Amino acid sequence: MTKETSIKKPRKNPLVLFIHKLGSPAYFYRFSGMFIPWFWAIFLVLTAIGMYQAFFVVPADYQQGESFRILYLHVPAAWMSMLAYIVMAVMAFISLVWRIRITEILAICSAPVGAAFTIVTLAAGSLWGRPTWGTYWVWDARLTSELVLLFLYLGVIGLYNSIDEPRKAARAASLLALVGAVNLPIIHYSVKWWNTLHQGSSISLLGGSSIDSSMLWPLLIMSIAVKFFFGANLLTRARVKLLEQDKRKAWVREFVKEGR
Amino acid sequence: MSHTPFIFGAYAIGVVVLLWCAVAPVIRKKAVLRDIRRIIQVEERSRDANP
Repeated sequence: MTKETSIKKPRKNPLVLFIHKLGSPAYFYRFSGMFIPWFWAIFLVLTAIGMYQAFFVVPADYQQGESFRILYLHVPAAWMSMLAYIVMAVMAFISLVWRIRITEILAICSAPVGAAFTIVTLAAGSLWGRPTWGTYWVWDARLTSELVLLFLYLGVIGLYNSIDEPRKAARAASLLALVGAVNLPIIHYSVKWWNTLHQGSSISLLGGSSIDSSMLWPLLIMSIAVKFFFGANLLTRARVKLLEQDKRKAWVREFVKEGR
Repeated sequence: MSHTPFIFGAYAIGVVVLLWCAVAPVIRKKAVLRDIRRIIQVEERSRDANP
């Protein structure tokens, strides 16, 4: 045995190895495909439970009446619109620093899903506002910053689509996504920093929540359900984007020939 | 004021937007797979014609 071969190579951390593996498009495509049906199933089950509770179990609010049932759509969608942006910004940061193509794809695929949740947030909030506040829209800090979030999502999508070369497009869109992340604390703290028509936070992870637990649980169930929607949708979009970008590569042809 | 139209309106918009969000990539995937199959066919035909 030579001296060189007797020196043991340092073993790589299994987590690092797994992350390296996930960087392979073929592995990511296969691996992510296993989760999508489960995510959809969990989303459907949780949504069915949450919606049943929201419409048939929870009593009407003593001030807002029946219209408060809109909040079981509005609040989870609003949280998801912000979380989708956090995911996009983190993926954008990773893709800018380490140039990992999968994270570029995940960043850009987060944008349409986040935009969809922002549209739902604004529409549902507006329809809740009319019977509660007497108006569909006011230019208060929370509503305006949420609208800015929608424009940021549309900006990221538009910038990505305006550049032909996918990797250059992803880098430009990632940069915009990172810059736009400054809007997230503005949305979150807008009800504290400014005097807004929009109410302050009713639910706190650390402190007590100001809403009754019978009303809180369906809200939390719906919030978890939309996370699974986001996960399933994001992975589906990422897989399609991978197929689209690698359509002339051998691994895609193998998958297509196998009929997946 | 009846709240019913507002509640159903909000949920209808939610369902339409999220349904489109879920279905759009599936439609896109079908188009991409059709495109890839066409590329494979063209290449196989050209390989058969010029062995």
